[in-house]
Amino acid sequence: MTCQICNKNPATVHFTEIQDNRSSELHVCQACAQEKGLAPQGGMQKFSFSQLLAGMVDDMATGEEEKVGPVQCPRCGLHYTSFKETGRLGCPDCYATFQAKLRPLLRRIHGSTRHTGKHPATESESVARTRQVQRLQDELQRAIDREDFERAAELRDLIHQSDAAESRQGRPAADRP
Amino acid sequence: MDARTPDAGETKGRNGANATVDRLIARPSPWLDASGAHPAIVLSTRIRLARNLRAVPFTHRAREDELKQVIGSVERAATRASSFGGGAFLSLHDLGNVERTVLVERHLVSHELSDASRPRGLYVAPDERIAIMVNEEDHIRLQSLVSGLMLGEAWSLADQADDELDGSLEYAYHDEWGYLTACPTNAGTGLRASVLIHLSALVLTKQIDKVLKGITQMGLAVRGFYGEGTDVMGNLFQISNQTTLGLSEKETLESLERVTRQILSAEERARETLLRDAKTQIEDKVYRAYGTLRYGRTMSSQEVVNLCSAVRLGVALSLPELPPLATLNELLVLTQPAHLQRRLGKVMDPAERNVRRAELVRTILVRGGDGTGEGHRG
Repeated sequence: MTCQICNKNPATVHFTEIQDNRSSELHVCQACAQEKGLAPQGGMQKFSFSQLLAGMVDDMATGEEEKVGPVQCPRCGLHYTSFKETGRLGCPDCYATFQAKLRPLLRRIHGSTRHTGKHPATESESVARTRQVQRLQDELQRAIDREDFERAAELRDLIHQSDAAESRQGRPAADRP
Repeated sequence: MDARTPDAGETKGRNGANATVDRLIARPSPWLDASGAHPAIVLSTRIRLARNLRAVPFTHRAREDELKQVIGSVERAATRASSFGGGAFLSLHDLGNVERTVLVERHLVSHELSDASRPRGLYVAPDERIAIMVNEEDHIRLQSLVSGLMLGEAWSLADQADDELDGSLEYAYHDEWGYLTACPTNAGTGLRASVLIHLSALVLTKQIDKVLKGITQMGLAVRGFYGEGTDVMGNLFQISNQTTLGLSEKETLESLERVTRQILSAEERARETLLRDAKTQIEDKVYRAYGTLRYGRTMSSQEVVNLCSAVRLGVALSLPELPPLATLNELLVLTQPAHLQRRLGKVMDPAERNVRRAELVRTILVRGGDGTGEGHRG
């Protein structure tokens, strides 16, 4: 069984709540349990188990969707109920978080759940380098914004080095015809 | 509204943004030049691609500083891309109400983007054929806009620009669900392809409801002149795909092209019927509309759009002594409230606008151009 929050690591922490003769379960990995304050060794006070499970109970009643993920996105904190109200997901990770719910929804909307169109360029060396430069420039801007000029100078040097490497090896990826 | 004295940077930003709007407004939108295939019936073709940056929550969940980062990243990536050669970035925050609405009227930004309460921007190429709305519902809404029924060309423009941006940016993408978007209705290709089509004969012959029903049964959507949630006016309909997951871009475009050509044929047949069975009535309708445009002394923008629709039908039917299609297209945008106010350099109430609008329409029709007196490619 994989963690219902990150959907990656094996679930090693298991919760069961019994309320009104209905039992609800949550299976998560140690890391997610600690991050969400669910770990048994303390931090329980911030955690509202019934709140987290409210949506899941609803989902479990629908049978087919028993393996519904957590109702809150671990990255952006969006609740599934909020998505139901606004129709907007909070971040790219919401797709994985809510996938059990989203799959039937996507099928209803599009008649399919599998993308068959174009995809981003694979990380060829030149694409990787251009993206790396862009990352450095983004970080440089952030450093300037917070007036961290020491870091900004370092980043500027790194950008110069990357640019020099690029011109030694030909035109940048973004200039491809 | 803002009682603070703007600092030098803000003033510079505003001046730059206003200068860019001035440059745009100095000439008609190129997508209105009545070039391309079937321009008498299909005014324009638009491709929109929704993209998001992997590292940042979607616009409505992102913090203000994250949205500013997105703007910076997209601006740098677009500056690097040849698709936007010589383009300019506009922060919506730097523009006044009138200027923001000018961009909406030119179909460069959506109503959502024109709300400048959060960091939002527009990166636009000088010919306006390609642009990026930054921090709309998705971080990136890349759009190409061309005259006539030109799905292939519009797609090439958008596809190339998308590839170039992808060379610099890390898009949110999933092997199964494709490009990830704030709203799952756009996930997959993130592609919305649409055509703006003039169906006056189908409306006059009362076949339009049947046709629109057929379009929606084919899985396509129909909207008004200014997109989602807007009314149909001047018999102008926007037809677009709905599905973005499970169909490739090529299949989506082919399906829209096929349906559009069927509608086009139906409209052409209805026009032939009108000309055969009600020639005098049609001519009367066309020339009365032209007479009102040419000599009227006060008119609302809605009225101009409707009158242009009738004259447009006349042009398509090759009736003599009518203005060229490009002039009629330009009237649609240049007579909208914000364009009119920006051109005359003052905010006016609707009654004054209606008088000034009628003057502008007369000027444009007499000169056969955009009313600047600088001639017209005709």
